[in-house]
Amino acid sequence: MVAQILQTEPGQDDARLLLLSERDNVLVARQQIEAGEQMLVGGRAYVLTRPVLLGHKVARYAISEGAKVIKYGVAIGSAFRPILPGEHVHLHNLKSDYTKTHVIKGSEPS
Amino acid sequence: MTEHFALKGYPRADGRKGIRNIVLVGYLVECAHHVGREIVGSFRGKDVHLIGFPGCFPNPYAQRMMERLCTHPNVAAVLLLSLGCESFNKFSLSKVIENSDRAVQTLTIQNNGGTLSTINDGVKWVSDQLELLGRSPSVPMEMKDLIIGTICGGSDGTSGLTGNPAAGRAFDQLVAEGATCIFEETGELIGCEEIMAERAITPELGEELRASVEKAARYYATLGYGSFAPGNADGGLSTIEEKSMGAYAKSGSSPISGLIKPGDIPPRGGLYLMDVVPDGEVRFGFPNISDNAEIVELMASGCHLTLFVTGRGSVSGSAIAPVIKICANPDTYRRLEGDMDVDAGRILEGRATLADVGSEIFELIRSVAGGQQTKSEMLGHREFVLTYKSFEPIGPACLPG
Repeated sequence: MVAQILQTEPGQDDARLLLLSERDNVLVARQQIEAGEQMLVGGRAYVLTRPVLLGHKVARYAISEGAKVIKYGVAIGSAFRPILPGEHVHLHNLKSDYTKTHVIKGSEPS
Repeated sequence: MTEHFALKGYPRADGRKGIRNIVLVGYLVECAHHVGREIVGSFRGKDVHLIGFPGCFPNPYAQRMMERLCTHPNVAAVLLLSLGCESFNKFSLSKVIENSDRAVQTLTIQNNGGTLSTINDGVKWVSDQLELLGRSPSVPMEMKDLIIGTICGGSDGTSGLTGNPAAGRAFDQLVAEGATCIFEETGELIGCEEIMAERAITPELGEELRASVEKAARYYATLGYGSFAPGNADGGLSTIEEKSMGAYAKSGSSPISGLIKPGDIPPRGGLYLMDVVPDGEVRFGFPNISDNAEIVELMASGCHLTLFVTGRGSVSGSAIAPVIKICANPDTYRRLEGDMDVDAGRILEGRATLADVGSEIFELIRSVAGGQQTKSEMLGHREFVLTYKSFEPIGPACLPG
């Protein structure tokens, strides 16, 4: 999912996104946000090219390759590709620092 | 504090009290399973539950689990079903049940005229027991008599936001009022070991908690899979650490009083972690092949009922002990309302606070302990699974004071 910057304005994160801890670099969707809708992250509005599903994460800031992804104030793994603000954070750019994540072939969300 | 906990329970000889009064039918090898199913099938809607161990090879863990389950406080009488040539030690199991002052009968199919006559004899014995149970006395039961377990299954990105922290609130209130609470699945605490160890009541226990999670990480690394199902990823969870943090919230914020293994019964009220990952080299496969294997281990440690938090939507219940289903995801709740006892997802939609749902769970525990049926009980869910494992006894630092 690539998010595209539409405009810049001072302000907050989208009310549909939850910040669980001040230390976090991801936000969690508290409801589904549809493709084509605007989503506000760090005061910038992005137009979604794909929906963000309930319970999924988007980047709060740019996260560099190799950096820890922080949720609940703790590391939940490492980025293995650079992640842009507003981008979906999931299996395509985040990996466990413990054991790899198993998905059924053909069903991988991206 | 809430008002006095005016509950009644069924007294057992060991001092524990049951919240249900069940006749248990236990098969001791898969070859006796059908006979057990037929017997229990004659008592639809009655408190006659089926459990068993399928293996023909001996296993001290399975033996101990069956002993604990057959003497669970919710169990009043036990019918054991043996084929006749299996390795399971039915004699010692029967003795343990008899010593607990429960009625017990063993039917051995090979010596009892085969399938049909064993079913007939079993049905007769269970009918007689049910009649006797109708006259069971009950005694007052207090918070300190209750043991509550918690698991999560079919987790998604909402589990750690609503259902698990709400269950944690209920756990905090239970512990504050003297109850015993058990959380588990060290394989789903990977990444939480440091923060969890800080909550131990002694530094030595903290070390044991940390070591149990490290053992789980090694065990799962050898198997090549974490405790993580594809549905977890569809629901927005990306890594085992992320799932762990959500799962960890079920434990609430009470100090951790001890580390137990399946079948160890906590010595007093408080919060305990159950280490469910086998000791030694990887031998029999995955620690717990599905959620019900975890519920079975919680019951073996005396849990009267289990809180089950789900995001994707598990429909499981359990034999022996009621399961309260807490649905973390509001969309799942709308789809599966008939299976869910608590709608925790309304927290995400601003229709309730974490504290509201925590209190609701606490009150529901009281009602279910008082005899109210859960959704899975009403639907007849009585899942059960027991497989091969091996454990060493816990060390002296695991239960301080």
